Amino acid sequence: MSNNMKSVYGKAKDNYTLKIKLKSGILFLWFVILTIICLLPIYILIINATRSHTDISNGLSFVPSTYLKSNFNKVLNEPAFKFAFNIFHGYKNSLFITCCSTFLTVFFSALTAYGIHVYDFKLKEVSYTVILLVMMVPMQVTSAGFVAFMADLKLTNTYWPLIIPAVAAPAVVYFMRSYMKSSFPLDIVEAARIDGCGEFRTFLSIAIPMMKPAIAVQAIFAFIASWNNFYNPNMILINVPLTKKTLPMMVSSLQSSDKFNDYGTIYLAIALSIIPIIIAYVALSRFIIAGVALGGVKE
Amino acid sequence: MSSNAHRRIKSVSYAKYGYFFILPFFLVYFFFQLWPLINTFIVSFHGNGKDVAEWMGLQNYKDILFGGEGRKVRVIHESFFRCLGNTFILWIGNFIPQLALSLSLAVWFTEAQLKIPGKGFFKVVMYLPNIITAASVAVLFLQLCGQSETNPGAVNLILHKFGIVSKDVIGQGLYDTVKLVEGKWESRIVIMFIQTWMWFGNTMIMLMSGIQGINPSLFEAASIDGASSGQVFRKITLPLLTPIMAYTLITSMIGGLQMFDIPFLYNKDMNVRDHIKTVAVMIYQYFHAQANENKMGYAGAASVLLFFVTLTLGLIAFYMTRDKDEIAKKKMRKKAAKEAKLESRQFGGIRL
Repeated sequence: MSNNMKSVYGKAKDNYTLKIKLKSGILFLWFVILTIICLLPIYILIINATRSHTDISNGLSFVPSTYLKSNFNKVLNEPAFKFAFNIFHGYKNSLFITCCSTFLTVFFSALTAYGIHVYDFKLKEVSYTVILLVMMVPMQVTSAGFVAFMADLKLTNTYWPLIIPAVAAPAVVYFMRSYMKSSFPLDIVEAARIDGCGEFRTFLSIAIPMMKPAIAVQAIFAFIASWNNFYNPNMILINVPLTKKTLPMMVSSLQSSDKFNDYGTIYLAIALSIIPIIIAYVALSRFIIAGVALGGVKE
Repeated sequence: MSSNAHRRIKSVSYAKYGYFFILPFFLVYFFFQLWPLINTFIVSFHGNGKDVAEWMGLQNYKDILFGGEGRKVRVIHESFFRCLGNTFILWIGNFIPQLALSLSLAVWFTEAQLKIPGKGFFKVVMYLPNIITAASVAVLFLQLCGQSETNPGAVNLILHKFGIVSKDVIGQGLYDTVKLVEGKWESRIVIMFIQTWMWFGNTMIMLMSGIQGINPSLFEAASIDGASSGQVFRKITLPLLTPIMAYTLITSMIGGLQMFDIPFLYNKDMNVRDHIKTVAVMIYQYFHAQANENKMGYAGAASVLLFFVTLTLGLIAFYMTRDKDEIAKKKMRKKAAKEAKLESRQFGGIRL
C-alpha cells in the first residue's frame, strides 16, 4: 500500500517539478528576448557611434569599429555641429537647470508636506485637497497661457521660467506627505519645542534628516524628469544662442537630414546625450525601481 | 475649561507656521501654474493673428468644434479632430500591448514557485528605456528607421537580412525600403512601438507592487486548494488588481493626451506629418507660428478643451485612489463631534 502511495505521489511530485522547471525555462527565454529588444536599439547606437559613415551604409554590424575618435573630432569641429550641437555647453546648461530645479522641488515639497503634516490650521485640509486635485493638470494644457504670461514679464529666453516653477510640485508633496504619515511622529516636534528649538530649525535639522529616503527617491525622479524635459525649454528658450540651449534641444536639432549627413557622428552625438543618464541609472537602479514601486511616479 | 483655553493658545501660536511653510508652494503655484491656466482661458476668448487683442467670446470654440464658413475655419476644425483621432490611435496602439505585456510580466515576476534566475537584472533592464531622454529616443529611432534607398537605417537592414526588403542589383544596388518614417501606418506603428518600449517597464513595476500588496494568504489558500496558475490569475489577481489597473489606465491616458516629444521629432524635415500629429503638437505649432500667422486663440481654446478632458480623467483617478481609511476616520471624527455637542446640550451647554 505504502509503496503504491509513494509511487503515485512521487510521480505527481516529479511531474509538478518538471512542469515548473519547463515553465521557468520558457519564461527565462522570453525574458531574454525582451531584454534583447530593450537593449538592441541602444547597442546599435553605441556600435554605430564607433563606425564611419561608409561602414554604416555598407550594412549592419554588431562589433565596434575604430572610428570613435574621428567621429568625436567631427562632433566637436565640423561646421554643421558647431552651429547646432555643442556637447559641453549642453551638459553644462542641462546640469545647471536640472540641479537648481531638483533642489527647489525637493526642498519646498518637503517644507510644504511638513507644514501640512505638523501644524493644525484652518486651511490645512483644504490646501491638501487642492494639492491632490492639481496633481493631474499637465503642463501642456497651461502652456499657451504660460508662454504668453512669460512673454509679458519678458522672461522668455531666460532660465527663470524653467527653474522657479519647480518649487510647486504637487505630486512630490503628496509623496512626502504619505511618507511623513507613516514615519514621522509628531512627538519629535513636541520634544524639539520643549528643548527650545525654533520651528524652522526643527524642520531643517530634524525633519529633513529623517526624511532622507523619501527625499533621495524624489530627488532622483525630479532630476530625471528635468534632465529629459524637452517641451518646456523648447517653448521658453525661443531664440537663444547655442551656448544657452539645453541638451535635449541640441539633440532635437540633429533630426534634420539636410544639415547632418554623416551617420557615424549623428549616432555618436545621440550616444553622448544619453550615456550620462544611463550611467547614473546603472548606479542608482535599485533606488529607482523601489521608488517606482512606492510612488507610482508617472510623468 | 482650562484645557480648552490651553488648546486655543497653542493653536494660535503655531498655526501661523503652517501658513508660513506652505506659502512658497502656493505662491509659486499661483504665478506659474494657476495664472497661466487662467490666462489660457483668457487667451482662448481672444482673436488670432493680428487680432490677438480682440475679444471673440466663444467664437474659437465654435470654429474648432463645429467648423463653419470659410476655408481657414474648416481647416482648423478638421485638423483638430484629426489630431485628436491621431492621439487616440497612438495611445490605444501603445496602451494595449503595454498593458498585456506588463501584466503578464508582473504576474510571472511575482509568482513564488517559478525559479527564474536574474529577476532583478531583468527588472532593471526593462525599466531602462523609461529614463532615457524622449528627444534622444525619437532622434535615435529616426536614425534606426531611416528609409533612404541608398543608405537605409538599421531596421531596414535587418529586414533586408530576413529577405523582406529586397536590394535591386541591376539598378545601382538601391534598397526597396519600407517607408518607416513617411508611411502612414508604418510611422504610427513605429511611434506605438517606441511608446510601448519606453513605458512597459514602468507599468510592470507599478502592477508588481500592486500584486505584492495583495494578501499572500489568498494565494496560499488557492495553492492548497489546488488552483492552477491560470485560475489564480483570473479569480484572485485580476479582480484585486482592478483599482490599480484603472489608475494605470487613467494616468496613461492623461500622459497620452500630452504626447509631444516623439511625434514632434519623428521626421526628417521639421515638418510633422498629418498622420502622426497629436493635439499637443498642434497646440505648440499654433502658438509658435510667426507673429501675424499665430493662432493664439485657437491654441488657447484647444488647450482648454484638453484641460477639461484631463480634469475629468483626473477626478476619476482621484476618486479611485483617495485614502479610504482617512475618509472613515473623518466620518468618525464628525460623529464624535456631533455626539459631544449633543452631550454638552444635555448639561445646559456647560462642558465638563
